Amino acid sequence: MLYNQPNPLEVRILSRRFGLPNSQSIDTYLANDGYKAFEKALGMSQDEIINEVKTSALRGRGGAGFPTGMKWGFVPRNSPKPKYIMVNADESEPGTCKDRLLMEYDPHQLIEGILIAGLAVGAQQGYIYIRGEYRYLITIMDRAIDEAYARGYLGDNILGRGIKFHLATHSGAGAYECGEESALLESFEGKRGNPRIRPPFPAVAGAYQCPTVLNNVETFCAVPPIILHGGEYFAGLGIPKAGGTRLVCLSGHVNKPGVYEVPLGFGMMRMINEIGGGVRNGKKLKAVIPGGSSCPLLKADECDIPMDYDSLAKAGSMLGSGGMVVMDEDTCMVKAALRIMRFYAHESCGWCIPCREGTTWLRKLLQRFHDGMGQRNDIVLIGDLSKNMLGRTFCPLGDAAALPTISIVEKFRDEFEAHLDGKPCPYEHASRLVTA
Amino acid sequence: MTFSPELEARFEKFLAKYPADRKRSAMIPMLIYAQDEVGAVTDELINEVAKRVGVTPLQVNEVVGFYSMLHKGKGMGKYHVQVCTNISCLLVGGEELYDQARHKLGIGHKEVRPDGRVSLEEVECMGACSWAPAIQINYDFYHDVTPEQLDKLLDGLMAGKTPGQIAEVQKVNP
Repeated sequence: MLYNQPNPLEVRILSRRFGLPNSQSIDTYLANDGYKAFEKALGMSQDEIINEVKTSALRGRGGAGFPTGMKWGFVPRNSPKPKYIMVNADESEPGTCKDRLLMEYDPHQLIEGILIAGLAVGAQQGYIYIRGEYRYLITIMDRAIDEAYARGYLGDNILGRGIKFHLATHSGAGAYECGEESALLESFEGKRGNPRIRPPFPAVAGAYQCPTVLNNVETFCAVPPIILHGGEYFAGLGIPKAGGTRLVCLSGHVNKPGVYEVPLGFGMMRMINEIGGGVRNGKKLKAVIPGGSSCPLLKADECDIPMDYDSLAKAGSMLGSGGMVVMDEDTCMVKAALRIMRFYAHESCGWCIPCREGTTWLRKLLQRFHDGMGQRNDIVLIGDLSKNMLGRTFCPLGDAAALPTISIVEKFRDEFEAHLDGKPCPYEHASRLVTA
Repeated sequence: MTFSPELEARFEKFLAKYPADRKRSAMIPMLIYAQDEVGAVTDELINEVAKRVGVTPLQVNEVVGFYSMLHKGKGMGKYHVQVCTNISCLLVGGEELYDQARHKLGIGHKEVRPDGRVSLEEVECMGACSWAPAIQINYDFYHDVTPEQLDKLLDGLMAGKTPGQIAEVQKVNP
């Protein structure tokens, strides 16, 4: 059971069916407003659907936060090519575990969102790219898709209305890079997951070089409530320019980690203290990763801000994917930087040299530093190397590796200095310092 | 190369999912499901998948090397224990669990015990951050894993039990 006890402070829109008995089944879904939004969308024009999504101020929930309605509007109407809907269910940003719940507990909500996107852009085929580790979710989604076919919500003549839409799952095989949209498309086509040069963007040349709407699972799941209750209703849940709710994955040193749905603009400290039950063992807060390991870290005194795209940008970070990692006062920030860099060095696809060489070099530097063999000018070198990756790669992985590192070096320089002159890590338990 | 009727049926379904001239899309799903049955991505499997999706074995080979879940050569053990040590798990004991598994199993990263039953891998984020520390045995998730639970799991596996027979620790996915 993944699903945690709901908190009264949550506003449960996308997660409102979580916890219902047999919530995966189409019968439960239909009994709880299921496919009503799709039926409503059948009576709307393409522009009306897209405008409703624009009104909702829904922004992409995968990490980049691009306005969804605008993205759908980029799909050319007069293209002779087939159009595709592609769902990014390659959830692998460290700290992020929300799409798992959306698929496990409410697979039909995702299918309905995809169907409405199909109507909006005139697509007749969709695919859900699910990371290979989520095998059980492929089984759940396949079963839900079969149910939707059996009840006439998918097929050549949906609900007898002459509309055609087909949907299938697609398994990945373990590669963080494939969560990047153009790498995902390459991987989908049976190739190495290297990113593509953009433009053209997927809306114009996506899957098989055809116009493609590519969004995160949570983004598609927000569409049925938007259509059913109206864009204004959804927008009103959040703050201006960022509508609705989002699923925040709380992890790390908190008393009640879990996935909680809160309105955009919810206070970060309220999230930690009132929903997360505060920092574990009565310790003090040291730092927060606000939205997955690609985001610059915030120091404890920077965390008293609302969680929305603009407030986070103003604080020098990002809302990202909703993966919020809380670190207490006993956390070694050099080690945190090292672990994050080990991840990016492992996951760099090797396509762009600044990322391929930069992440590996940084990993080695940080490892040396944490082992007590760092030199004072390494601190500057770590920052410089990171800054030299910024904006010099085809996809955002280089930036994703650089941004948290730069923030840790700048904000926690004293911790790097505490590792100098052969001193052992001040936070590491002595038993772990003995090198094997 | 012959596969079980279930896998053949799955292959057929995979190939039907994509446009007729885009069979290459089925390559990665075919490889990962076939690996579960064959035990590894062997040269024979690469040739067979290449034939079925209409590309050269070299084109399959270069793809296999990219994906961390595809294991060439002899492959991993029957029960592949994957311990996450990425940031959320690291903060709450993931690294200690990995050390514990290394010592208990006597093997390291991507190594297989001599009997071929159990293997170990230190993996990147598996999407269980709010229930950390987490491990996966093959495709099954175990959340909020304690050192005692890991001991039970590893002891059971080494004693010849299947994960399902280790009653004290249950997977969280259906």
